[in-house]
Amino acid sequence: MQGIYLDHAATTPVRPEVVAAIQECFTVHFGNPSSPHAVGLAAEAAVRRAREQVAAAAGVSRDEVVFTSGGTEANNLALRGAARTVRRGGGTLLCSAIEHPSVLETVRALQDEGFSVRQIPVDRSGAVRLDQLAELVDANTRLVSVAYVNNEIGAVQDIAEVVRTVRQINPDAVIHTDAVQALGKLPLAPWAWGVDLVSLSAHKIGGPKGVGALLVRRGTRLVPLLTGGEQEAGLRSGTENVPGIVGFGLAAELAAAEMDDLARRLGRLRRRVVELVQERLPVAQVLGPPLAEAAPHIVNLALPGVKGEVMVRLLSEAGVYVSTGSACSAKKRVQSHVIASLGVADELKEASLRISLGRETTEEDVERAAEEIVRAYEELVQWRR
Amino acid sequence: MSESRELLLVRYGEIGLKGKNRSHFVSALVKNLQKALERVDCDAEVSHRFGRVYVEWTRGDREAIYGVVASTFGVVSFSPAVRVPLDQEAMCRAAEEAFRSAREGRTVKTFKVEARRSEKAFPLTSMEINRAVGGYVLRRHRDISVDVHDPDVTLNIEVRSEGILIYSRVIPGPGGLPVGTSSKAMLLLSGGIDSPVAGWYALKRGIALEAVHFHSFPFTSERSLQKVRDLCQVLAGYAGPIPLHVVHFTEVQRAIQQQVPSSFRITVMRRFMFRIATALAEARGALALVTGESVGQVASQTLESMRAIGEVTSLPVLRPLVGFDKHEIVTDARRIGSYELSILPYEDCCTIFVPENPQTRPKLERVRKVEEPLDVDALVEEAVGRTELEIIEPPRTFASVL
Repeated sequence: MQGIYLDHAATTPVRPEVVAAIQECFTVHFGNPSSPHAVGLAAEAAVRRAREQVAAAAGVSRDEVVFTSGGTEANNLALRGAARTVRRGGGTLLCSAIEHPSVLETVRALQDEGFSVRQIPVDRSGAVRLDQLAELVDANTRLVSVAYVNNEIGAVQDIAEVVRTVRQINPDAVIHTDAVQALGKLPLAPWAWGVDLVSLSAHKIGGPKGVGALLVRRGTRLVPLLTGGEQEAGLRSGTENVPGIVGFGLAAELAAAEMDDLARRLGRLRRRVVELVQERLPVAQVLGPPLAEAAPHIVNLALPGVKGEVMVRLLSEAGVYVSTGSACSAKKRVQSHVIASLGVADELKEASLRISLGRETTEEDVERAAEEIVRAYEELVQWRR
Repeated sequence: MSESRELLLVRYGEIGLKGKNRSHFVSALVKNLQKALERVDCDAEVSHRFGRVYVEWTRGDREAIYGVVASTFGVVSFSPAVRVPLDQEAMCRAAEEAFRSAREGRTVKTFKVEARRSEKAFPLTSMEINRAVGGYVLRRHRDISVDVHDPDVTLNIEVRSEGILIYSRVIPGPGGLPVGTSSKAMLLLSGGIDSPVAGWYALKRGIALEAVHFHSFPFTSERSLQKVRDLCQVLAGYAGPIPLHVVHFTEVQRAIQQQVPSSFRITVMRRFMFRIATALAEARGALALVTGESVGQVASQTLESMRAIGEVTSLPVLRPLVGFDKHEIVTDARRIGSYELSILPYEDCCTIFVPENPQTRPKLERVRKVEEPLDVDALVEEAVGRTELEIIEPPRTFASVL
């Protein structure tokens, strides 16, 4: 599709080298990794290689990677899997107020199974309130889930501090972080931080849709969601998505190798687009963390006086593709729960645009995007009366 | 797929009453059925003989064919039937088979035979047929008995000059008149619950439809336009292909927004919709407008408002939902198959420009006055000129009627 794609937090184009690797799995290495013959063994070897690649990119061991159908399944396996190791009604589940729906809705479902659930509030910049967290944790806390990078505002949490705060009070609580938006953008050191479970996804880093992983620290007990052939060490039954896994492996390896340069470049381009817009439209406001503290590829820009979704459509017509809220909440007609949690003024809530950059983004892209944003704003603001 | 010949007996109630117009209506029904059946991969043929419409096929998906017949206006009900020669033994055997398939998969304890004889040359009278067939079935099904008042299964037997028809099931059709027998109208189709139902009722009275939708990009999304196409397709399932006129309405709305006081905007906007729809109707030979309005349903649907809006058109405005409560409209929308689409939360024209305090009882003189600064003719002409026409084809799948 022609135009300027600035919605990489929703998804990314698959890298050509990844496409080539995947293609081979469809036709040449098409085997079932569980088959005892050479065709199966070749597929098994391909999955093993991908497992190593993902493990290396995330800083964990190979046997700690459980491939899933994506970030949503990884989050479900983490939360349901950890919660269900205890009997019904066994304890409290905590998550931040700005988690992805795949965490929030899963926690809500577990509430119906008898767990008690509390949300940890965030401050204006989207940082989890550690003081509030300390008050919420007690001996009954079973599970804590805090995303490393938020998908709508790019807020980065100090996961090591979250872990310290929780474990000081309850050393046995299981801690999960959704790192889907962090992979390839920020360094991961999950076991050093002290978490037990980490969710990842392939399609945010130039890999295919339909594949992700849950990193499970050795010794963490989980109850699987699916029963069957006991693939993935029994945690994820079902014939492996070999093409997806191979594509994920390669994308993860490439992303890790390019991370430092990419993060620096995206951080600079992101600052540029914000500055260009704010020069012409001083009303434009960054929601969430200050740019220097946010993940390098995401910014949420509020343009008071216009509706974000209308801006998105007008920009789309001009060939600039951005988002409002997260792609998941854009279809429902609800305000973003993330923006709502920041405690910003009502006129900002409806006016927010999420711009997210990726590997393919160029200087020229952000300059033209800024121009189009200004133009669209100026056209729409005339409608106010 | 079936190999043997299958037959549906189609009943058309109301059109039978239409006196000398009858043959016109029946041939429209036959034509509409034949046309609708072209959407199904089958060799079905529709015929009209001795006051009955038949659908017969040897190759085709039975469910899909039933679905087509069940959604064709003019069909009051229909029955899967078998036809045998005028022969007592053949009649009894076929009736027993029909009974066997009728009791399949459900508990049947009682039955009755209901014979009608229009071919008087047949040796048995209706009463004798009842006895003969009843006895034949009873001898082969020892666990059942006859109940003439409230039977689980009724075996209908019609002795006609062209053969004996046997059936037990009666499946309801939508009734009404064949589409196209009552000229054509222009439906104002929004993305809401009401207008598709209004369109359905217009179709039911035999009115062919074209639809007009007012699209206000970028204030309404491409997805909301797709939703309107999908709703139009639901109607096309009852009517055949429907022309959809998509009006680019943004410029009109901009003019209204800039020059009309907030509380009058909805009224003025609706007047423009009626003017544009009227211009399109005249160009396309449609004789009326159809809307989903219902008195008092929302604040602006008052008689004052209807009068202020209706003033701008010389065409009759049909409002089939005027006598319905909201829950009745919702029930109809579910039955028609539009409800699930209608409640998808994409914005339509009306919801995006809702001012804080709309005039619920606008005075005609005031409306005319606030409209004065606008160049009405030029705006209408421009919008009509930029209107795009799409033909919305019927869906290729059918809801099960079984």
